[in-house]
Amino acid sequence: MSRIEDVFDTGRVPAAARSETVASLQARIAAMQSRSLGTRSLPTAAAVAPLLPGRALRSGVAYAAPGSLALAMLLLAGPSAAGAWCGVVGIPEFGAEAAAELGVVLDRLVLVPDPGEHWLAVTAQLTEVLPIVLVRPPAKGASPAETARLASRLRQRDATLLVAGPWSGAEATLETTGGTWTGIGAGWGYLAGRELDVAVTAREIRSRHRLRIETGFRLPAAPAAAAGPRLVAG
Amino acid sequence: MTERCLVLWCPDWPVRAAAEEAGIDEDLPIALVEHGAVHACSPAARAAGVQRGLKVREAQSRCAALVVLPLEPAVDARRFEPVLAALEEGIPSVQVVRPGLVVIRAAGPARFFGGEESAAGEALHLLAQAGAPGARAGIADGPFTAEQAARAADPILVVPPGRSADFLAPLPVTVLGLPTLAGLLARLGVRTLGGLAALPEGSVRDRFGPEGEIAHRVAAGLDPRRVLPRSVPDDRDRRQAFEPPLERIDEIAFTLKRTAEAFIADLAGDLLVCTALTVELTADDPSSASGQRGRRHRRTWLHPRSFTPLDVIDRVRWQLAAAELRAPVVEVLLHPEAVDEAANHEQGLWGGGPGERIHHALSRVQSLLGHEAVVTPILSGGRLVADRTAFAPWGEQRRPQRAPGAPWPGRLPGFSPTAVLGERPRVVVQDPAGRDVAVDERGAISGPPAILVTPGRAATRVEAWAGPWPIEERWWDAAAAVRLQRMQVACSDGTAWLLAHDDSGWWAEAKYD
Repeated sequence: MSRIEDVFDTGRVPAAARSETVASLQARIAAMQSRSLGTRSLPTAAAVAPLLPGRALRSGVAYAAPGSLALAMLLLAGPSAAGAWCGVVGIPEFGAEAAAELGVVLDRLVLVPDPGEHWLAVTAQLTEVLPIVLVRPPAKGASPAETARLASRLRQRDATLLVAGPWSGAEATLETTGGTWTGIGAGWGYLAGRELDVAVTAREIRSRHRLRIETGFRLPAAPAAAAGPRLVAG
Repeated sequence: MTERCLVLWCPDWPVRAAAEEAGIDEDLPIALVEHGAVHACSPAARAAGVQRGLKVREAQSRCAALVVLPLEPAVDARRFEPVLAALEEGIPSVQVVRPGLVVIRAAGPARFFGGEESAAGEALHLLAQAGAPGARAGIADGPFTAEQAARAADPILVVPPGRSADFLAPLPVTVLGLPTLAGLLARLGVRTLGGLAALPEGSVRDRFGPEGEIAHRVAAGLDPRRVLPRSVPDDRDRRQAFEPPLERIDEIAFTLKRTAEAFIADLAGDLLVCTALTVELTADDPSSASGQRGRRHRRTWLHPRSFTPLDVIDRVRWQLAAAELRAPVVEVLLHPEAVDEAANHEQGLWGGGPGERIHHALSRVQSLLGHEAVVTPILSGGRLVADRTAFAPWGEQRRPQRAPGAPWPGRLPGFSPTAVLGERPRVVVQDPAGRDVAVDERGAISGPPAILVTPGRAATRVEAWAGPWPIEERWWDAAAAVRLQRMQVACSDGTAWLLAHDDSGWWAEAKYD
């Protein structure tokens, strides 16, 4: 009986510690559960796959990647190389050449650089037909109602939204926390490689990753054949 | 085998057209002048001694009352067009040699009107009714002989089949219209077509080449040319005039709806679709008297598939928005620049597949934001980052201006920047002592960069840097010349920048983030 007493003896376990335990247990349950049934996963570049819950981009959900455009481009690269059309909304400075180097096929890329106040309508319109859309909301952001409406639209259309900024209700938030450059020194060399520190928050679980990208890297045209040894994530 | 030809010739047509155009009596002595010499003249002027080829001053001295008008081939052609249309009503398949001279294959009309002479009479009757009285008709083997017959006719001359050589024999060689050859033949003692035809064919070919050979055959009444009747393309242009002129774009678009529908339906009636469309806007000219046209704005639009009436109206809208006509619009012209068979553009039985849906959605975004708002990128060539990508509006052809594959010495190796900063934000670059870093004429920097201040961000420490690398482009063109020094810097916050330094100081060309 002593064990039962232990459990019911509220005096032994402090209230704060107990709620912490409950929270962590809940988080573990959430992490093991899929949020929705039957979501399809998209072809994902091997470099970024380990960062994502389920090791792949999923359709019908939103991902937030504030900070690094290179990371967002890598996320686009997988579906694009596999034949999907991609849309980019509200990023006038989007470097198409860099995107092409990271594996985005420009023939299937559509940009709406300055949608202005219509950014949400344009994004919704594009998610109707394009399987993956990258959007940067203006500073004001979207209201919770608008976010919810867009989320239900994504589910309906089986489209994936990448947000270059914060987004409530994102499947995962891939935040760039820093990085280092290689190939360049004090007055010599050039930017030849980089390591990107990415903090991933997915379903209340935080993990840290380091992504290495090197110059001359090009994703093969075929989605298979692995992304090559030169791009390592871990 | 030469075919029987009917040639209709309206004497002095250019003079008549010019007189009508100028609103003067064609019985006056009139001369049409080109390059300071008389090109054509009216019968009255000819009677006074004016000839083709005379200097204007000489012609005026022979006939003091001479009215001198410039030669305008466009006026001739325009004035002849209604005459031709009236002629084609009665006798189809007409080849226009030049305004005032047409060739018709004689066999058909001769059978229809019961004889060559009556066919020619009918043709002259049609011409007279259409406003070209006094024409002549000649029927012979081959267009050349028939033309000579028409010139000799009063008003009809029929050269019987096989008698062309006899008819042509006494004519001078100058009627061939080959001055060099005619001059040469005259010096050789060959003055008539009969004389030319009498020469052995092989010798003529050896001495005068292919041109001489053809002339020889023509002179012998064996004109190898055939009649090539003109085919008139249907007029598919649609115009919509606005009376009174309209100012607002949505008013114009609304009024244009039926015209656009008729324009597409007209093409669809012939199983065609429009793939390139030219829209011409004509603005009212408030400064001039009524009836005058103002500025025109023309532009051709391409379509990845084919235009629907709504697409047409969208293009007109976008063009109105971009044209800056600054005056109400009096007329809109829709002209199909390229058409294609509708069969190539039919939708599949179960809808048009994903491409069609994407196009519709993007077109809707374009309707919302404007044509230029939805773009697709193309790699282009260049040294500056911004030059290396071009953008084509959705639906237009993607064509790089410069070859992306060409060697561009001076372009950056390594990563391409992920963010291309078009608006050139000013930055501050300082050395460890806090002084601004400067680059001199020879590309030497005053100190190692240590601090970078970019707009909207706190000052960051520069961890590594490389450069400066000079760029000097198009120095021969002051407006397009580029002369700057570039540098890459990697900052402590994980970002890296491509900086440029020119006479105005440091600015950020692109960012790696």
